[in-house]
Amino acid sequence: MGNIATREAYGAALAEFGADTNIIVLDADLSKSTKTDTFKKKYPERFINMGIAEANMMTVAAGLATCGKTVFASTFAIFAAERACEQVRNSICYPRLNVKIGATHAGISVGEDGASHQPVEDVGIMRSIPNMTVISPADAVETRAAVKAAIEYDGPVYLRLGRLAVAAIYDEADYKFELGKGIVVSEGTDVTIFATGLMVHTAIEAVKLLADEGISARLVDIHTIKPIDKQLIIDSAVKTGALVTVEEHNIYGGLGSAVAEVASQNCPVPLRIVGINDSFGRSGKPYALLELYGLTAQNVAAKAKEAIEMKK
Amino acid sequence: MDKQKITSFKKQATAIRKHIVDEVYTAASGHPGGSLSCTDILTVLYFHEMRVDVKNPKWADRDRFVLSKGHCAPALYATLAEKGFFPTEDLTGFRNINSYLQGHPSMKDVPGVDMSTGSLGQGISAAVGIALAGKLDKKDYRVYSILGDGEIEEGQVWEACMSAAHYKLDNLTAFLDHNGLQIDGKITDVMSPESVHEKFKAFGWKVISVNGHDYQQIIEAIDEAKKTKGMPTMIVAETVKGKGVSFMENQAGWHGTAPNKEQRDQAIAELDGFLAKLQEVE
Repeated sequence: MGNIATREAYGAALAEFGADTNIIVLDADLSKSTKTDTFKKKYPERFINMGIAEANMMTVAAGLATCGKTVFASTFAIFAAERACEQVRNSICYPRLNVKIGATHAGISVGEDGASHQPVEDVGIMRSIPNMTVISPADAVETRAAVKAAIEYDGPVYLRLGRLAVAAIYDEADYKFELGKGIVVSEGTDVTIFATGLMVHTAIEAVKLLADEGISARLVDIHTIKPIDKQLIIDSAVKTGALVTVEEHNIYGGLGSAVAEVASQNCPVPLRIVGINDSFGRSGKPYALLELYGLTAQNVAAKAKEAIEMKK
Repeated sequence: MDKQKITSFKKQATAIRKHIVDEVYTAASGHPGGSLSCTDILTVLYFHEMRVDVKNPKWADRDRFVLSKGHCAPALYATLAEKGFFPTEDLTGFRNINSYLQGHPSMKDVPGVDMSTGSLGQGISAAVGIALAGKLDKKDYRVYSILGDGEIEEGQVWEACMSAAHYKLDNLTAFLDHNGLQIDGKITDVMSPESVHEKFKAFGWKVISVNGHDYQQIIEAIDEAKKTKGMPTMIVAETVKGKGVSFMENQAGWHGTAPNKEQRDQAIAELDGFLAKLQEVE
């Protein structure tokens, strides 16, 4: 199977699971980029283009949801979580309406468009709103399952999706998605790496680098950042005694913070947070940017060794 | 319209105005000015026009109402209570920690509230969403909303208006409570949204002007909106902020200020006096 971006898998999943006439998809003039055009082609009568007006789109989605609709509102993550943040908070989350936000082009792997289009704060913002569920899938299989789970779940969901085509991690046949439950990708005993979204791929490489040095790292894919899998974090801390988190997001407010909140209050062990060090992105090729900002397997492996060192 | 009907509207609206004064007085906070200015519109909507069932507030075929100027919750709550959605005795719990009557309308807490509002500019977008759902579901319910004239300084209002016209939402009728005042003073001094008629017209809405305290005019405008096909209708209602309480009328200071005991008693006395006069005429 070729590489598929999670946004691509999102559009395909909407079309695949979109037969229910209660499902409505909104977009803000980006359907070709968010891939909701895949749904639009199949169910044009239930696709509504709201134009370049994200604030209105989010509240219109809320209005539709008051009438029993399951609404997917899509745009770039920067506009979904940040431009329309207060609409998401007051019109969707406060009344706990059944709106799913399909937020594509998250993180710096957006690439050439640069900082204005590279949200590094969205998880922190969405995670701190009561009633919001935050999902950040790693590959096409996980995205498909996440969309299905979002449809089945009654309430607001923020789906963080990427622009970049990524390899398959999971096999459809034996993949099981459970909202709020992390996935142990590989077992290990010396350290646990918690990764989300695109960084699960990077973490898989880091595990290999560590193995080459005789270090056994457990890898956990945290696809649901909120509610976070508290038990799996505690179990991992107890089992491996050291933790590393890695995310394509600011080191403040995202996965690292979520893991730290659980670990520090329940099972304090050494922790290293790998992410974007409180700076804006810039234009460039996606992988060159990831390297520039330290989101590499080498850096994750180095931080894992630091965490292990701190155990002593 | 016959005199009896008008008198019954006047009585109903006065009962609502008395509740507004007492809600805000008991809470020692809240927004009396704009609540009193939109009372007559709410009276016509809930006691003449809208298809609702107090026994089944979530009835799928009901007409919907979104108070886009959500800070005027005292008027909406008083109207809903008078209609029978919940006991009028509960109104004095407004803004109290032990009450379900939140400071701004909350659909999860208050029976009869169709959408949570309070952050200005969002209610009209929600009304657009509800109207879109009605079109998609081929239902014949109608959607009503009231906007403040200060509220329309919010850019989102214009996004919403653009989308309502684009999708030809003739099942949507909004009122502009055009009382001319916002917290910091006259709307034309703070940030003029004028000419409101020209602007809504330019955004593709049918625009009707009425005196927002004249029941006959309000009813006729709603009837005209219902006959209008292919576009939403904005009824620009010329109103008096603080209407019905002499010392609050046309005073920006009463936007978000609660009356003290003496002021509350005077307001209630004035409204009772108005009711007494109505009975004399009968």
